[in-house]
Amino acid sequence: MALPDLAKKPQRFTGGHRACAGCGFPVTIKIILQAAENPVVVGCATGCMEVTSTIYPYTAWRCSFIHTAFENAAATMSGVEAAYRSLKRQGKIDKDIDFIAFGGDGGTYDIGLQALSGAMERGHKLVYVCYNNQGYMNTGIQRSSATPRGANTTTTPAGTHLPGKPQYPKDLTAIMAAHGIPYAAQASMSHWNDLYRKAQKAFAVDGPAFLNVLSTCRLGWATAPEDTVDVAEGAVQCNVWPLFEVENGKWKLTFKPKKPLPVADWMKQQGRFKHLFQSDNTELLESIQRQVDEDWQRLLELCGE
Amino acid sequence: MAVAVETQKTAALTGNEAAAQAMRQINPDVVAAYPITPQTEIVQLFSTFVSDGLVKTEFVAVESEHSAMSATVGAAAAGARAMTATSSQGLALMWEMLYIAAGMRVPVVMPMVNRALSSPINIHCDHSDSMGARDSGWLQIYSENAQEMYDNLIQAVRIAEHPDVLLPVMVTMDGFIISHGMENVELLPDRAVQDFVGEYHFPYPLLDVEHPKTLGPLALQDFYFEFKRQQAEAVHRAKNVILAVAEEYARISGRRYGFFEAYQMDDAEYAVVVLGSTAGTAKYVIDQLRQAGEKCGLVKIRVFRPFPGPELSELLSGLKALGILDRADTFSTQGGPLYLEVKAALYHALKRPKCINYIYGLGGRDIDPELIRQALMEIKDLGSEQADGVGPIVRYLGVRE
Amino acid sequence: MTLSSQTKNLLKVHQQVNVNIEPNAGWRDLPIGGVIPQAGTATQFATGDWRTIRPVWSKEKCINCHRCWLYCPDMSWISENGQIQGVDLTYCKGCGICANVCPAKVHAIEMHPEDNFKDDEVVKEG
Repeated sequence: MALPDLAKKPQRFTGGHRACAGCGFPVTIKIILQAAENPVVVGCATGCMEVTSTIYPYTAWRCSFIHTAFENAAATMSGVEAAYRSLKRQGKIDKDIDFIAFGGDGGTYDIGLQALSGAMERGHKLVYVCYNNQGYMNTGIQRSSATPRGANTTTTPAGTHLPGKPQYPKDLTAIMAAHGIPYAAQASMSHWNDLYRKAQKAFAVDGPAFLNVLSTCRLGWATAPEDTVDVAEGAVQCNVWPLFEVENGKWKLTFKPKKPLPVADWMKQQGRFKHLFQSDNTELLESIQRQVDEDWQRLLELCGE
Repeated sequence: MAVAVETQKTAALTGNEAAAQAMRQINPDVVAAYPITPQTEIVQLFSTFVSDGLVKTEFVAVESEHSAMSATVGAAAAGARAMTATSSQGLALMWEMLYIAAGMRVPVVMPMVNRALSSPINIHCDHSDSMGARDSGWLQIYSENAQEMYDNLIQAVRIAEHPDVLLPVMVTMDGFIISHGMENVELLPDRAVQDFVGEYHFPYPLLDVEHPKTLGPLALQDFYFEFKRQQAEAVHRAKNVILAVAEEYARISGRRYGFFEAYQMDDAEYAVVVLGSTAGTAKYVIDQLRQAGEKCGLVKIRVFRPFPGPELSELLSGLKALGILDRADTFSTQGGPLYLEVKAALYHALKRPKCINYIYGLGGRDIDPELIRQALMEIKDLGSEQADGVGPIVRYLGVRE
Repeated sequence: MTLSSQTKNLLKVHQQVNVNIEPNAGWRDLPIGGVIPQAGTATQFATGDWRTIRPVWSKEKCINCHRCWLYCPDMSWISENGQIQGVDLTYCKGCGICANVCPAKVHAIEMHPEDNFKDDEVVKEG
């Protein structure tokens, strides 16, 4: 689909929300909601997206929306989807409706992982979207299990003894793919066409789908607001955030950088890694690059590249 | 007994079976539940109803009680009648969602089988679990036996969904004592229950996609308080609704319920107040004492939330002495939760009985007739004119010293 | 979906109450449970006053690629029949993403300090 045509479809998320200037997730929401053909019911975990888009009495949602708590967007939407199946079976509802759960990486990778795993395993027809900004940004930039190694966060502050977060992020997309769900994919807000196509596939499958979408937090990543798209693009171009999909168990790379950038180039774009370049961290930077290269090689093998 | 009930009939059922039968007849659109002792049987039985096509319910076998309540809230908000069931640690894991269910005003109904809370872990009855949730905004109805569990569950649907109320209701019974004890239970015909509960009402169904709405927004200093005030008002209004629903239920069942049951209270001079199955044992003791000429009585609270304070005060203020039996402690040094409520209700009465508290039966410790008789004798002495003060206000009944 | 007449009435009452969001509404006049029974009421909340820099669009240079429309987090770029019409400054927070994603060779959007427009009452441009 060409963008001018995409813009002809009515939008289901409005301006007037209170996300920071230059925030990434409204773009992620926009692309995904534009890909839905049916009316949607959205569930949302507690987090930036929820608190900035529904400050009473102002809601930025033009579709049915529910938020209950932090760790349970997948469970809440399991109930909504079960209600739909029940009422449809009883002939009390005739429409086709799509169901989406949004959670940040806090609500998805960490506190909400159990509810997410349960919902995916039970097979609800539900698209779960992690708008992944690599940290607990709503509470003030704490580390999550999606935060990259070396990042300065308020619970892994760069100090004289520790150079930011000591651990690598976990591979949640692979964990979700291991649930044997019909569709799991990793995408980035910067590559809208790739994300749009993946969202269309996610809505089309008969069962659960999972999308892990890199969505810049310019506050937490300490980047200029206008660089939001560029820095997400950088993560893809240096293979820190490869774009791929797992469809019915088949892994497929959906984007291959022509010449991958050094990871350090991407890190230099962001204030959260600034400390790594102010003193000698050659060894750490090398090991991060090595890890990214190894992960990339493994992914290429999985994708038969 | 996975069959339809076409005419009114008596069946020998455990409390869990009676609860499951009520759920089958209510026939909710969605049930999302997780098994826990002693509630497990309810979930298992209901699953067989689903497997055998006896209900139209979409059953969601969730991975935890937190998700059970989350999914139930989601389903109820979507526009479906939704139920779950739990006990003890399961209720504790739901805690966060209990407040959210009440705050979002979703009329969920939940059988709750009372069981002690860890630690130490214990699977037997006390009321620590539901008492801990007494200020969560849920209505709470306690059942003495399997029949009451059945009757209360059916009525709870109407109470919860009434437009003046729109609040979740938990209906409790004592773990093992009632949940696993077999009794004769009068079942209504399926049709009568269906007609009684009627169609599900929720004013903001998410699945009504032509009218998009936002549920569960962020309400700050400028609006949050108003929503809590509405909630308090809904609990007040539930009192009238509970009585009206009971009246209607009496017409179809012949069984009449109020906020509480007053047993031998007409000329009583001293009495005990209890919750749940202990009422059965206490009635037996009171019958014996009455035969010996003692003027004693019993009040069994059925509705704990909303608490029928003024009505109880009217009934109890003329007594000489009163003992309140709590199957839970507040660990506040001020006594158990039922004691605190009853005593507070009496504060504005012109005449007040002397009031003491007995904490008993924790972790399923048996409460035998002799213990209740002993307590009633102490209460009687307290009410006599020779009594000097009250002595210890909080007493532990049946614990080894 | 089939709604009972009772539910329909409740919904109607609550929607009427909330048509104009009344900041001083008492608890009796608010829909229950914190629900916002309408869609997109955030459009009544202007976030444009957060802005310190403003996007200025050149219709002549614009190639209508819609990257500004797509990547604007505040849904500020107006597209009608597939044509960019300009930017609605009601919500624009001045992040500058639009100017940045506008192709370098096209350069149809420039960010200018808000102070330059002090006396400008116009909210829509283009």
